[in-house]
Amino acid sequence: MTNPTHLSYTAEHEWLETRGDVARIGVTAFATEALGDIVFVELPEVGTKITGGESCGELESTKSVSDIFAPADGEILEVNAAVVEDPALINSDPFGAGWLFEMRVSGAPELLDAAAYDALIEE
Amino acid sequence: MSSSVPTPLHQIHQALGASFTDFAGWDMPVRYGSETAEHHAVRTAAGLFDLSHMGEIEVTGPEAGRALDHALVGRPSAIGIGRARYSMICAEDGGIIDDLVVYRLEQERYLVVANASNVHVVAPALAERSQGFDAAVHDASAEWALIAVQGPASAAIVAALTDLDVHSLRYYAIDAGTVAGADVLLARTGYTGEDGFEIYCAPSSAVAIWEALTEAGTPHGLQPAGLACRDTLRLEAGMPLYGHELNRDTTPFEAGLGRVVSFDKPDGFVGEAALATRRDEGPRSMLVGLVATGRRSPRAGYAVVDPATGDEIGVVTSGSPSPTLGHPIAMAYVRPDLAAAGTKVQVDVRGSREDAEIVDLPFYSKK
Repeated sequence: MTNPTHLSYTAEHEWLETRGDVARIGVTAFATEALGDIVFVELPEVGTKITGGESCGELESTKSVSDIFAPADGEILEVNAAVVEDPALINSDPFGAGWLFEMRVSGAPELLDAAAYDALIEE
Repeated sequence: MSSSVPTPLHQIHQALGASFTDFAGWDMPVRYGSETAEHHAVRTAAGLFDLSHMGEIEVTGPEAGRALDHALVGRPSAIGIGRARYSMICAEDGGIIDDLVVYRLEQERYLVVANASNVHVVAPALAERSQGFDAAVHDASAEWALIAVQGPASAAIVAALTDLDVHSLRYYAIDAGTVAGADVLLARTGYTGEDGFEIYCAPSSAVAIWEALTEAGTPHGLQPAGLACRDTLRLEAGMPLYGHELNRDTTPFEAGLGRVVSFDKPDGFVGEAALATRRDEGPRSMLVGLVATGRRSPRAGYAVVDPATGDEIGVVTSGSPSPTLGHPIAMAYVRPDLAAAGTKVQVDVRGSREDAEIVDLPFYSKK
């Protein structure tokens, strides 16, 4: 699998596409393959203040539940209603239509570039 | 790197792009693509499973049947040749050591199939309990690979490859013959709630049999299927899983499987006194089905709560979204007075109380 080089990554297998202080967040293909078919997603509400490293939502697959971790401190600006309606989008297009939410990022979170994330998941 | 043991079909799984997991020391395929698609294939066409991790124990000799009558809660001496029975091995205190399928292959030859995680306990227990009987116990797990074809198209697929009369083979029956030219034991058994076959073969034959089944089955919609869909299939079918519904702290009576215990055996059996007490006293908790009304699934370990009092009345043992039914289902042990179908309960799903209702098992039966 290839992780797009224009994105940043977290060790919790999330990606960020940043434009200024606004970031779009999703989970990586590596994460969706580990989870299996995602059948339910719970996202934070618009306006919620989230704290980097803390759980701000859930992904539920056939076999398990995993937290969505806030990749940075900030505020939720928009959530992807399409994936709430059809969670399978997260499996089929994790880096595209399967994005989860957009946030305003405060501070400078520690992120990985694609090469560093590739190395992480190679382990 | 994983230290788990590969099955004889490992390279095929790799070539098919499987994700793997360690399961009882075996490197087993979890899914090949989408476990939901694999699940639907088994319900509507057929799925092909590698079950080579299962444990096969052969019990042979003039008193093999009597030895098994003593060792297990059922009565294998009464099984007809070529038939199978679901049974259990229990401890002296009645706790379940494992659930088993017992095949009678010949007058003096049985094949006991144990869960992969338990075969190292079951085989020594059978050997110990057979002392004093003219019977030999042999853990033959390394000598058998196991491939299952499950689903409504399975009979048509297997029939094309065997010298056996597949359509006459009854449910829970077994026969020796060939599949794809290799010697096998062909059993009409499974763990999915569908019609299906389990093919016991030499590990050296497994690849050729798998490939022949793939070729014969693909036009029928057969797909390779991993452990993930096996679990949702068996849950829909209301079948208990060792380590979830069954364990050392549970007797067959809590699991609603008291019928597998034969108290009419002349020579008694290990666990008889404790099981008779439990039968007479009634179960302390009962295994039930739960249907959740929301979209979040009750999962193993979550508390079941009485909405009227807020009291914890039980615990979930397995739970998952049901691909066939489209909503979450679960099995749980609950207090016997609140175990009736139709009872409204709640499940504590990670801190939020989700509504659920007790229903009869199974959730799904084949038409």
